Amino acid sequence: MLALVSPALLVILALIVLPVGWLAWQSIYHDGFTLENYRRVFTEDIYWRSFALTFEISLAVTVIALLLGYPVAYLANSVPKGWSILILSLVVLPFWTSVLVRAYAWLALLQRTGVINQFLRYLDVISEPLALVHNTLGTVVATVHILLPFMVLPLYATMQKIPGDLMQAGASLGASPSLTFFRVFLPLSLPGVLAGCTMVFVLCLGFYITPELLGGGRTVMVSMLVSRNVELYNQFGAASAVAVVLLASVLVIFFIVSRFISLDRVLGQK
Amino acid sequence: MMRVSSARIALCVISALVLVYLILPVLIIAPISFSSARFLTFPPPSLSLRWYQSYFSNPAWMQATRVTLTVAFLTVVIATPCGVAAAYAISQSKLRIMRIIHMALLLPLVVPIIITAIGIFFVYARVGLVATMPGLVLANVMLGLPYVVISVLAGLQSFDAAQEMVARSLGMNRLRSFFAVTLPQIKSSVVAGGIFAFISAMDETIVALFISGGQYQPLTKRMFTALRDEIDPTIAAISTLMTAASFMLVLLASARQRRNS
Repeated sequence: MLALVSPALLVILALIVLPVGWLAWQSIYHDGFTLENYRRVFTEDIYWRSFALTFEISLAVTVIALLLGYPVAYLANSVPKGWSILILSLVVLPFWTSVLVRAYAWLALLQRTGVINQFLRYLDVISEPLALVHNTLGTVVATVHILLPFMVLPLYATMQKIPGDLMQAGASLGASPSLTFFRVFLPLSLPGVLAGCTMVFVLCLGFYITPELLGGGRTVMVSMLVSRNVELYNQFGAASAVAVVLLASVLVIFFIVSRFISLDRVLGQK
Repeated sequence: MMRVSSARIALCVISALVLVYLILPVLIIAPISFSSARFLTFPPPSLSLRWYQSYFSNPAWMQATRVTLTVAFLTVVIATPCGVAAAYAISQSKLRIMRIIHMALLLPLVVPIIITAIGIFFVYARVGLVATMPGLVLANVMLGLPYVVISVLAGLQSFDAAQEMVARSLGMNRLRSFFAVTLPQIKSSVVAGGIFAFISAMDETIVALFISGGQYQPLTKRMFTALRDEIDPTIAAISTLMTAASFMLVLLASARQRRNS
């Protein structure tokens, strides 16, 4: 049996375990052991601001995705089967479009001469084009778009397991629909909320393509910091230290979440 | 009769708006790709196939397309048997270590892709695999493996392992009984896993940005570079073709999976 897993395991060991180990090593060793790279990551302003910005954007994206995703999952859960299949298909449809294609689409929609600006000018709502892209706004709009399915699917999966009898029991005891929702349904759907939020937050922390293409160079997220240190400045030690801190953040989040819900629930949706 | 409350109407309206937000960007690409305008104008002034022509007549785009298709094909050919073997072993073996191995095989989904990308870049730089075809294929095999493993494990879960025992008790060896009894029954999830690995290899961008170069650059890397510089409608044409291709593959994969369950 071990012989059967060995080809796959070998590929994983050689191409993800070894490289990540290499990064960790490189971040502390350069002609002798040094913590200089970590000192820079934790004290220098650029690094600090980039980490803060990344966490802020990830938090904003997670909250927006939850606010947008919850109603959709709720509706899909409360309509007849045919409709819920239709809703879920529409949710996963963009999932299967390349992230690059969607970045292009958002550029086409949001740029100064883009579809939305042209439409608003045609309606005479605005006289000058709005700056919708090449800033944090564009990054958030496109990132939410990419991560929303990761929120809706675990929410829907959890909601489906909530027995309908409980709502009826609440109603029969005289509770209003909103009261049964807030006292019965919402608490029972919290594991799905946690699973969805974890996935969206963690994926957002490592996002690269979208902020690079839609952020206009000003929204420097951690992943861009890593790539710039490698590509522009040849600062391999610094890039490795940033990568290690990012990976550690992701693992800590997964570890904390795993105390509350099974990780299969979080990863199973991907 | 169910009374339609105002809360319900609000729910439907909000959900509809969210769905439009999800779908609109996917749909907007096709009309742009058929536009005759050099710069983005919407609606397009007139229809034309010039961007498709500019794609198909450009040797650089064609070379990148060949690289992408070759990499995706080789990825499937290598990742599928490795993934099937691993999933089979994980489902059959009671060894403790299998749980750890199972988790290890899902690592590509957990580690942020930018970290994987520079890690591979550093390792490849040492062994001379940067800007080579084998390097590109190997990286995509690693990234595609989890999809095969997850899909095949799901297939094996609904398969009754006793059937294989019967075959073996009748004198078949393990290998023959696997190919004669087990594989035909999990075929759909194997194919689905392979298709997902194909799509993942076709779409992979970030690792390719770091480790590919010269003549071995996939489509996504060239698209990324082009998008950073200017918005050329040729990319809309390529995007439309890519989207159509992956939708067709997904439909195929889900049809197979449904037949399986």
